[in-house]
Amino acid sequence: MTEITLPESPVSGRIRLHERRTVSTARRWRNRLAAATAAAMLLLAVIPLFALVGFTVMHGVHRMTPAFLTHSMAGIPPLSPGGGIYHAVIGTLEQVTLAALLAVPLGLLVAVFLVETPVRGLTGPVRLLVDVMTGIPSIVTGLFVFSFWVIGLHQGFSGVAGSIALMILMLPVVVRSTEEMLRLVPVPLREAALALGLPRWRTTWSIVLPAARSGITTGVLLAVARVTGETAPLLLTVGNNAFINTNPLHGQQASLPVFVFNQTGSAFDVAVQRAWGGALALIAFVVVVYLTARLLTRSKSPR
Amino acid sequence: MALRIETVNLSCGYGAATAVSDVSLTIEPKSVTAIIGPSGCGKSTFLRSLNRLHEAVPGATVQGEVLLDDDDIYAPSVDAVEVRRLVGMVFQKPNPFPTMSIFDNVAAGLRLAGMRRREILTDAVNRALRDAGLWGEVVNRLDKPAQSLSGGQQQRLCIARAIAVQPQVLLMDEPCSALDPISTLAIEDLITRLKDDYTIVIVTHNMQQAARVSDTTAFFTVDGPGMAGRLVETGTTEQIFRAPAQRRTEDYITGRFG
Repeated sequence: MTEITLPESPVSGRIRLHERRTVSTARRWRNRLAAATAAAMLLLAVIPLFALVGFTVMHGVHRMTPAFLTHSMAGIPPLSPGGGIYHAVIGTLEQVTLAALLAVPLGLLVAVFLVETPVRGLTGPVRLLVDVMTGIPSIVTGLFVFSFWVIGLHQGFSGVAGSIALMILMLPVVVRSTEEMLRLVPVPLREAALALGLPRWRTTWSIVLPAARSGITTGVLLAVARVTGETAPLLLTVGNNAFINTNPLHGQQASLPVFVFNQTGSAFDVAVQRAWGGALALIAFVVVVYLTARLLTRSKSPR
Repeated sequence: MALRIETVNLSCGYGAATAVSDVSLTIEPKSVTAIIGPSGCGKSTFLRSLNRLHEAVPGATVQGEVLLDDDDIYAPSVDAVEVRRLVGMVFQKPNPFPTMSIFDNVAAGLRLAGMRRREILTDAVNRALRDAGLWGEVVNRLDKPAQSLSGGQQQRLCIARAIAVQPQVLLMDEPCSALDPISTLAIEDLITRLKDDYTIVIVTHNMQQAARVSDTTAFFTVDGPGMAGRLVETGTTEQIFRAPAQRRTEDYITGRFG
């Protein structure tokens, strides 16, 4: 047996292990204080969230009748009870789907450009532009589409005008989240594909994008959830409609957020009740989209 | 199906910095050439310039020529994608495609190059897996994710993936440095078998490995941080390890330096 001499440590000798169990009282109290503060902040943060969801469910759940979900507001005076959100659900589904169909390919391409084909002098400005777009207030986007598309190009109010506004709002979110996901794809994976003799576009399409798929899907669906509740741009581009309009290309359409906005604007209790119902439907829609995102993420990445 | 590689005054770098300068080296077909040298001597950069993967890094620079059987792969008329189909590569860390099955990983090169016929793909995959010595271990789970394999199996899968497209040359960048000794042995056996068919260039930090698997050894060094690496000497592995001509080589292989 060789004897091993350990270098002199400032700690060894003075403190033996069993003595270290006694943490100083001051430190223990500081620890408790910090933990209590963190817990209190957590409570503060979740109270508004639970209150909001709880309130909406409380007020809206009894409105969730088959009639409410399958009827429009056609021929329902503001004072009368009855009516429903069917027309608004159709409008929101169409507008948001169209917006996603426009924003997702565009956003993916921009993100691929930013990550996979960096061009000196262009990548920086594009990224800056995307960041600035993230900060544009949605009403400004609505005003832009209103003046450019609705008035400027004489397109008038329509679902698609709203989709354009929502697309502009979605785009930076899709670009940034996709960009982050593409950056997470390890470089050696790209190199493996390139070394196999795959052209750059093939590498991106068949290797990089599939590897980032679950993250991209989550980002896209979160962006969808984000814009689903937008009201201001829709007021300026889609307008509202008490009737069912299934054609997003022509004429004013209803949508859930505008429905809620409209009904709350009324002083009558029946209208406010309808607004709660619409709000609950909106939250439910977003929750479904979010859960879908989580589900897709989980099933596509078996780890 | 093996080609000779000859570099003529090859210098590679990143931006203004030169990583390795003025390398003139001939790599014989159907043999294993080991590149050894201390960290930062540019051996990986040199290796990556042989299949034009070096230029995938933004700002990469290349001067000089790399001749693949007398054709300069850096000639303006040559497509880097074509070069990479002739010169395959295996990396330091196993990097199978995570979204693909074992079969799809090996078939990836052919399939993404446009091959659709199932029986040709199956044949190629079977042959590549056999050549890579992985067939027996994966034959019952070809449709399982590649990442379900162990590290050593993944590396042999990567070798199978590289040889499935039947390249002329196989570049290996420290292929065993992330593997345990048993897996390393399996890969070294594989290299010895593969040299009957391919020109193999292997970068390694492990001098015993170089001595075990290579026929020719090239020693690179670097004189200081921030300086360009250079080729010190090349010769048969026997000669480099028994009687190196240069003092630097002797210091390195005897462990007095680096």
